[in-house]
Amino acid sequence: MPSEKMLMNGSHTVGEAAVRAGCRYYFGYPITPQNELPEYLSARMQDVGGTFIQGESEIASINMVLGASVAGGRAMTSSSSPGISLKQEGISYMAGMELPGVIINMMRGGPGLGNIAPSAADYFQATRGGGHGDYRTPVLAPAGCQELADLTFLAFDLADKYRNPVMLLGDGLMGQVMEPVVFPDFIDLKDLPRKEWALHGCEGREARAVYSMFLGQQGELYYHNLHLQEKYDRITAEEQRWETKRTDDAEIVVVAYGTAARIADTAIEELEAEGIRAGLFRPITLWPFPLPALRKLSQHVAKIAVFELSLGQMVEDVVLSVGERAEIYFHGLPGGIIPTPAQVAAFIRSALKGDGTVGRRIDV
Amino acid sequence: MSEQVEYIKVFGRPESLKETPTHYCPGCGHSVAHRLVAECLDELGLRGKTIGVPPVGCAVLAYNYFNFDMVEAPHGRALAVATGIKRVHPDKFVLTYQGDGDLAAIGTTETIHAANRGERISTIFINNAIYGMTGGQMAPTTVLGQNATTAPGGRDPRLHGRPIDISRMLAVSDGVVYAERCAISSFKEIRKAKKAIKKAFRCQLDDLGFSLVELLSPCPTNWKMTPKAAWDWVAKEMVKTYPLGVIKDLTGYEDKK
Ligand SMILES: Cc1ncc(C[n+]2csc(CCOP(=O)(O)OP(=O)(O)O)c2C)c(N)n1
Ligand code: SF4
Repeated sequence: MPSEKMLMNGSHTVGEAAVRAGCRYYFGYPITPQNELPEYLSARMQDVGGTFIQGESEIASINMVLGASVAGGRAMTSSSSPGISLKQEGISYMAGMELPGVIINMMRGGPGLGNIAPSAADYFQATRGGGHGDYRTPVLAPAGCQELADLTFLAFDLADKYRNPVMLLGDGLMGQVMEPVVFPDFIDLKDLPRKEWALHGCEGREARAVYSMFLGQQGELYYHNLHLQEKYDRITAEEQRWETKRTDDAEIVVVAYGTAARIADTAIEELEAEGIRAGLFRPITLWPFPLPALRKLSQHVAKIAVFELSLGQMVEDVVLSVGERAEIYFHGLPGGIIPTPAQVAAFIRSALKGDGTVGRRIDV
Repeated sequence: MSEQVEYIKVFGRPESLKETPTHYCPGCGHSVAHRLVAECLDELGLRGKTIGVPPVGCAVLAYNYFNFDMVEAPHGRALAVATGIKRVHPDKFVLTYQGDGDLAAIGTTETIHAANRGERISTIFINNAIYGMTGGQMAPTTVLGQNATTAPGGRDPRLHGRPIDISRMLAVSDGVVYAERCAISSFKEIRKAKKAIKKAFRCQLDDLGFSLVELLSPCPTNWKMTPKAAWDWVAKEMVKTYPLGVIKDLTGYEDKK
């Protein structure tokens, strides 16, 4: 049975959802603004007989996830931007070894130590692989507590289904905000599909090894990469998710994800009162980016307005999707400052007029 | 009538070793260390419940030689990976096998903290005082005066710092129940090494805490020596920086003479 409606902050929501989704192994190193998540899980894992380890670093933590995953457990780690940078080698290994695992990034301002305010400047890192080598990780972008819960479930399922790390990309604000949430029922660990590839000692079968190194002279790595790509193609074909609002007969459509989408949504409501017909296209999977859906939409709308809490990252995927089918406008803010809906409304008005007072036109 | 002769098997390939020939150089300590680990696992009946983590280093392909489950770890992270495995399978036997660059340079943090948490894991630490796999660069354990491709003219304490004795540093931690340093330098020392490895494995079986066996190990190729000279160098020179023997023993086990 799903839970009662509960009032919870975003970090606790992810923690509770993870436990209900069958995660029994959490490893992480403290960093603001996501500390409430490991704090919650340090207690919750005791309730459910799971493992919580405060790792000595993000590097150690992601490699503990790797170990717990290869042993067959549902494992996760969480961090914020600088810590996610440190995890990249481990994520690349997990992709190469085809190991599931969930990584939460509650983004903060960068580069470097940046600040602890919300930001969305890790889009490139999250969607382009992040670490070394030709690999991809599905990236889920929630826009509120209910979705944090639902997408945490989805993250574990996708990770297991495709044997691949999956990232949940939120931001510091989302971790703090309290909203009502209804949790899906606890997964019975016994109901999860058996992981035939997992290691538990070779009693009664041949010994096996899990690795990412392919030194062979017969193109072993070449074929391994093609095999991985085939998987990424399948994910691209089957796992795109997005939400649209008021896009029918819209004169302009805003493209935004996460917190930026929430702000844009409010701005769009305000504009409606002025008689401006603006819609919202909100990617939920950032990789795979819902390119065909946005492309289709752009055939019927004259203007696309991209709003990001970065100085322009997702806009590249929008350009790839839209091309010259519609005029593309961009407005982005560096991390650390949360814009008001009024500011976003000003951008949308400016984009409609094409006067360039807020944001700018993207030359395709 | 032909007479039946009864043979007693006195020597053979341990089941924990595959029949694959290794890629190790002639005289390399890794081959001997593999054999010792395999014999100990066989004798303790552990093969079927063992999950091993090899290093990134010359032994990166150990899963081709060991006949039990293994998983690769990024360079230096074996003990973090092993921690994750052991927490999922507390009833299984988890070991790491790591070189000095892996364990005492890039992986120092993971090593110290896994040991200090007292993870029920056994670690075989191959100290060959050099980076074997990458072609003879200075290791944290390279001894003073020893040549390396990145320490031309020999390791100089002013320039390169002194060799690190990580086993002794680890022994300070309460999580470590047993640490011993042995050498692959003669039959006698190899027999001692085997006893130490078995004891380290017992620590895990008895749920006592973290155990480590350091093996001083010849690398004839990168030391630019013949195998014989390399084995002698372990016995005569390397032991001066890394004295052999028990570094710490809280097991309470009575050693059979
Ligand atoms: C992150 C990373 N840095 C560097 C390397 C290159 N590398 C591979 S093995 C190695 C050192 C190996 O030396 P050691 O651990 O002493 O093992 P040995 O080869 O001597 O047995 C290095 C630096 C790597 N694979 N990954
Ligand atoms: S380079 Fe050294 S450590 Fe590596 S296999 Fe050869 S002898 Fe052994």
